[in-house]
Amino acid sequence: MTIEARGVVKTFGSFKALDSVDLKVANGELLALLGPSGSGKTTLLRIIAGLEWPDAGEILFDGENALDRGARERHVGFVFQHYALFRHMSVFENVAFGLRVQPRSIRKSEAQIRARVKELLDLVQLDWLADRYPSQLSGGQRQRIALARALAIEPRILLLDEPFGALDAKVRKELRQWLRTLHHSINVTSIFVTHDQEEALEVAHRVVVMDKGRIEQVGSPNDVYDAPATAFVHGFIGESIMLPVEVSGGAVHLNGRPLDLAAPGDAAGASTLFVRRHDMVIGPAGSGTLDGAITHVRSFGPVQRAEIALTESSAIIEIDAPRDRELKIGDRIGLKPRHYRIFASG
Amino acid sequence: MSVLAPRRSTLPGFGLTMGLTLTWLSLIVLIPLAGLFVRSTDLSLAQFWDIVTSRRTLSALKISFGLSFAAALVNLVMGTIVVWALVRYRFPGRRLFDAIVDVPFALPTAVAGVALTALFAQKGWLGAPLAALGIKVAFTPLGIFIAMIFIGIPFVVRTVQPVLIDLDPEIEEAAASLGASRWHIITKVILPSLTPALLTGFALAFARAVGEYGSVIFIAGNLPNVSEIAPLLIVIRLSEFRYADATAIAVVMLVVAFVIIFAVNRLQRWAQAQAPST
Repeated sequence: MTIEARGVVKTFGSFKALDSVDLKVANGELLALLGPSGSGKTTLLRIIAGLEWPDAGEILFDGENALDRGARERHVGFVFQHYALFRHMSVFENVAFGLRVQPRSIRKSEAQIRARVKELLDLVQLDWLADRYPSQLSGGQRQRIALARALAIEPRILLLDEPFGALDAKVRKELRQWLRTLHHSINVTSIFVTHDQEEALEVAHRVVVMDKGRIEQVGSPNDVYDAPATAFVHGFIGESIMLPVEVSGGAVHLNGRPLDLAAPGDAAGASTLFVRRHDMVIGPAGSGTLDGAITHVRSFGPVQRAEIALTESSAIIEIDAPRDRELKIGDRIGLKPRHYRIFASG
Repeated sequence: MSVLAPRRSTLPGFGLTMGLTLTWLSLIVLIPLAGLFVRSTDLSLAQFWDIVTSRRTLSALKISFGLSFAAALVNLVMGTIVVWALVRYRFPGRRLFDAIVDVPFALPTAVAGVALTALFAQKGWLGAPLAALGIKVAFTPLGIFIAMIFIGIPFVVRTVQPVLIDLDPEIEEAAASLGASRWHIITKVILPSLTPALLTGFALAFARAVGEYGSVIFIAGNLPNVSEIAPLLIVIRLSEFRYADATAIAVVMLVVAFVIIFAVNRLQRWAQAQAPST
């Protein structure tokens, strides 16, 4: 099933949650909507699900208008951040709910319902919890049950709103991989909302980066990381060094001093220089584009992180360097960006 | 018990609060009730049985418990609808209506009784048109029933209201996205979640109606065997200095009320176990 949003606008009072959003989702795709809170990602998901209605624009499922139909008729599986399980029902009854409320004419027999629920509980590997109540489950188990419940109705699309947002880091990691595997086996067009970039980049086929009700970039995880389309994307995804610079006549100036960098074609005036932390190459003082003194060094994992007070400006930046590179507080060093991007400020 | 190592707990004061609870409950509730039972032992078993099974006593008990039960049922249904409207919709005057619900709590019951009687008397605003239809409310069991509904409604509303407010709208959205109709959402998702609170509200409204005296006696007409409630019969026996009779009726009321409240309580526990709070 393909999903298409055309010019979707949604305002809450004076707050513009979605500002003319266009998006196409391919059949069988696993798409992430990534953005900070208030970026409109959840609103877009809820509009696709039929839990919210846009002020303007269209939602098409397989080319057909979906806005004519309410949540009940859209046949969409929706998974909530806080699970929204029915507390008074056992796990089994939760999963069976969607099957039991079907119109009598198409409702399955009790035996068929039992078989289907069993199958789904096996799929989420929690068949041994069938008789428990939601309050007796851990967060990760609840979310898997919520997913099984959503899948019970054989949804045409699966929508997940911050599905792992309420879980602790370890469980989150496990469920991420599990979701990817699950999607591979059921292959339903799926969209999940997250503010966790690692989650989006690791799980999704394509990532939609949103900010302030607009789509900033749509691309593969590699695209959005390696070739950010806007300053926002560069700043939001991955950790970046950001320096305010001035671009004029193809030259880049920091605090009035020219830097040994080529300016991209269209940037001019006040701009921002973006460099990934690990893209700064450390050399002897005076050898690079920037000079600075090391003020602080911390080591963790495979890298060490150094704080550098720049000579050219009052800015303090953080860079990542390999562990084997010896860095001492007080050392003066030169820095040269391996890759960088410049976006006009605006 | 110094042989026991002091147990550390994040909630200290169990001994103190438990002691106070038992002392207080004993002083305020248990000792007076025990006195009632002791008093009733002045009667022989045969005498007791005669009093309790006399036609007038049985009628009064039947009227008290039967009408209270019916009134609590009505309050359960109507109270739920009132709560739904107050919690789920925003309309002008909502706060006013919300405050009006509490009026039966605060109003002296005699005032309520006089007001209802005036309203439903044969020449009253509602009594007259009803009389034209051949329905007589004041001075009949129907009047008792209405007075009991009046005093019971806040109990259902106030117990269910906070639970409905806390009910997560997401579970309704989840149900809708799973294909449930509005009817299924209400009957399969919302009402079961409210069941414990509904049962509590019902029990409170029922208990209140059984114990109600002031508002009922004005509108009841108080005809023996027809519209005489048990509490009134007790007062009558007392005024006749037949203390033993009064005590016997009181004991029966106490036991029946306790059994019913206890049963509702068990039912509520059971419902809660079906919907453990997360």
